[in-house]
Amino acid sequence: MKSHVWRPLYVVLLVVGTVLLVRKVLVPADFGIGSRGYMYGWHRPSNEAEWQKVTVKYRTAEYCKDCHADKYQEIKQSPHAAISCENCHGPALKHPDDPRSLTIDRSRELCARCHFRLEYPTSGRGKIRGIDPKTHNPGLECVTCHWPHDPRKQGHTKKSAAASGLPGRPASIGHKGGGHDIA
Amino acid sequence: MISRRNFCKKSLLVAGGLAILLSALELFDPRRLEAEKGDGKKVRWVFLVDTHKCVGCGFCVKACKIENEVPYDANVTRTWVERYVVTKDGKTHIDSPKGARDGFEDTRIDIGEGKFQEIKNEEISKAFFVPKLCNQCDNPPCVQVCPVGATYQTADGVVLVDRKWCIGCGYCVMGCPYGVRFFHPVYHVAEKCNFCYHRISQGMQTACVDACPFGARKVGNIRDPQDPVTKVITTDRVNVLKEEYGTTPQVFYLGLTKEVK
Repeated sequence: MKSHVWRPLYVVLLVVGTVLLVRKVLVPADFGIGSRGYMYGWHRPSNEAEWQKVTVKYRTAEYCKDCHADKYQEIKQSPHAAISCENCHGPALKHPDDPRSLTIDRSRELCARCHFRLEYPTSGRGKIRGIDPKTHNPGLECVTCHWPHDPRKQGHTKKSAAASGLPGRPASIGHKGGGHDIA
Repeated sequence: MISRRNFCKKSLLVAGGLAILLSALELFDPRRLEAEKGDGKKVRWVFLVDTHKCVGCGFCVKACKIENEVPYDANVTRTWVERYVVTKDGKTHIDSPKGARDGFEDTRIDIGEGKFQEIKNEEISKAFFVPKLCNQCDNPPCVQVCPVGATYQTADGVVLVDRKWCIGCGYCVMGCPYGVRFFHPVYHVAEKCNFCYHRISQGMQTACVDACPFGARKVGNIRDPQDPVTKVITTDRVNVLKEEYGTTPQVFYLGLTKEVK
């Protein structure tokens, strides 16, 4: 047969060969259909290990309790026992090597996540003591009067409260006694 | 010489015998049955959400975003909390500002485009919070639609995304009935909750579970009969989201009502 008949075949073979070669180079050796078959199975199994290597940032209270045993014991015996240290102090990933890496959040907004009063009778939220931040000592940090590690105790910055012209939390007003707008 | 009676008898017997499938004659082996029921795997991660306990503080969302390096101020998140307020006129109001990253510190419902709807306390008939996250479905539609095999399910049931392999076509984002997938603003590939795979595979809890002060979230292994999560799922009245889609979701909810979608 004449060569013009064979020539297209060579072209096709060349294209097929190139595709196979490129595929060999680009597709990882472990890429395949796996155990779940054609519909769900296609993947690269070594990717699992890549996800397992992600750095843990929140190291849990177990990591804190050895060095800060006093604080740990205090909060564990308080109504705030279930709150993890890192919820307010920030992830302990680089602590204690880099002291600045802890992002301690003393904002009113942090406390208001739970203590902003919402009258929801069918939710646990309705049972939490709450305030309206607009009327409850606006501008003051909550920790001025309320000790976050044990809310039954008085605030820890009495000096700064005095400096700002506001009295510290009167001892006569217990947490349960409540201010006028504590529900 | 075969009689007519005998011929009829024998041919009926043969026809009947042919009708019985070969597999029906196989004797049951209880151990093999148990193994096939549980496909022999030791671990299958599941999640349990108690909506009675959730107060909408949003610590889970905050922890998830930081733990999993989802840009904090981008309006995307792997997990979020929805607020449902059902009023006495029968209307349901739902919002989740910033995915509840900062909790719910407004009595008004965020109806989008900077608008808010005031709801009076006495109008509320029920109000509650529902945390959402990836359901790690047994029949994951997102995995089925992926044209390149970038998303897949591990042997322990978690659906992962291969960031090197994803081409960003967005089929999975459209395919998920629960809307848990989005594009990662930095890597520009599909992103989703993976039950903190790096934490659970080394015996830790997920970041959201550790952050939840109310025990509203729990992660567990359904193949372990002693696991407290398994005990609740097998003995209590749990429900799943959008069961009618046939995805067999593996995030179980306590206290779901029809308003929750």
